[in-house]
Amino acid sequence: MLSQKVAQQSLRRLAVQQPYAMRWSLMTAASPVAVVIGRNIQTRYAATSTNTTEPTKLLAEQRLRRPVSPHLTIYRPQITWYGSAVHRITGLMLSGPLYLWATAYLASPLLGWHLESASMAAAFGALPLLAKVGLKGFFAWPFTYHCLNGLRHLMWDLGRGITNKQVIQTGWTVVGASAAAALFLALL
Amino acid sequence: MASLRTTSRLIASSRPLFRPASLARSYATVESGAQEPAPKVKKFQVYRWNPDTPSEKPKMQTYELDLNKTGPMMLDALIRIKNEIDPTLTFRRSCREGICGSCAMNIDGVNTLACLCRIPTDTTKESRIYPLPHTYVVKDLVPDLTQFYKQYKSIKPYLQRETKSEDGLEYRQSPADRKKLDGLYECILCACCSTSCPSYWWNSEEYLGPAILLQSYRWLADSRDEKTAERKHALDNSMSVYRCHTILNCTRTCPKGLNPARAIAEIKKMMAAH
Repeated sequence: MLSQKVAQQSLRRLAVQQPYAMRWSLMTAASPVAVVIGRNIQTRYAATSTNTTEPTKLLAEQRLRRPVSPHLTIYRPQITWYGSAVHRITGLMLSGPLYLWATAYLASPLLGWHLESASMAAAFGALPLLAKVGLKGFFAWPFTYHCLNGLRHLMWDLGRGITNKQVIQTGWTVVGASAAAALFLALL
Repeated sequence: MASLRTTSRLIASSRPLFRPASLARSYATVESGAQEPAPKVKKFQVYRWNPDTPSEKPKMQTYELDLNKTGPMMLDALIRIKNEIDPTLTFRRSCREGICGSCAMNIDGVNTLACLCRIPTDTTKESRIYPLPHTYVVKDLVPDLTQFYKQYKSIKPYLQRETKSEDGLEYRQSPADRKKLDGLYECILCACCSTSCPSYWWNSEEYLGPAILLQSYRWLADSRDEKTAERKHALDNSMSVYRCHTILNCTRTCPKGLNPARAIAEIKKMMAAH
């Protein structure tokens, strides 16, 4: 009797002093009746709350501290992305000199340079054989590679030849064919 | 019910006390028989970075495992490292059978799921394990995919339809139309393809990347969806789709054998036709 009274008193005191703690303890301790009739609702307080109003701000803060994982340096060399990089580089190797030469050609009357076809051909003809072959090869391979790989891109844009096997096959075919064609052009 | 659960939990928690210590950590480990074969020790180099010490640079840490006592997959090796060598190693994993996409990481230079990637048995070569490339690292092998999920949300990845079905029960589709979704609906959004794409590395803020574009196409190709025009309109800018330069790393790396590159090519065709 006495112990029951003490327990009751302490419960009442808790309810007055800490009403939230009281409610919490009542909610977690599900009565057997509630469990049987399916009225037992579990509340979990361990869930983390995320800031849903300004997620981008939180993200920006975190990104200031986080490192970016390694990419170019660790990804395995494959014909897919190496071929694509070479396609872009060869494009630059073709368009870059064209722009340079065209600008120089426009400016040549002012600067007194001779960049006409006749003087260019004469200058090229005066080079030693090895330099001729080398220079022709230097421009021939970017040209052949970019052209042949461009055909691959046209094919892909039609949605064809885009499976793994086909991509690997055509990729290496283009590498081989462009090298052979460039050699032929260089020796012309 | 509640009382039952507590008692069973009590029994479960007390069980290790009565178990020999050698059996307590038998996870993903092959029990050795009477005759132990010669150990096949392989080195694993794992990317480590701890957010608690953010000023320290990320580093590679080497672990050695006997392959005879390790399961066949990379995930088995990682779990064994975590259980038996270094409990601080952090990585995501869940289903261990290539359906949840949690354990996506860069293994030996290629993005894949650790649970679907066999450990190369050549013990002379070490295996290198990195988080998914060009992602913000939360810790060790855990990348921050917030941007990836935000992009997924942005394409409205659900059926959009105004008209009711004829029978008021379900939206029907011919077998031929259903077939168009094969190779698209299987994507588990592990982000292997997106983070293998150099174009996505440089433009992940605006370019959607192969995984999200494959999902985009999954809804564009769905005969039941009625917002095809709106979906196409949302993609009609220089960044969302057209940062794809058909590099094709995505299809090469997909651990589920899907073809995001083909899906993007189909999107481009649809965009050109309208």
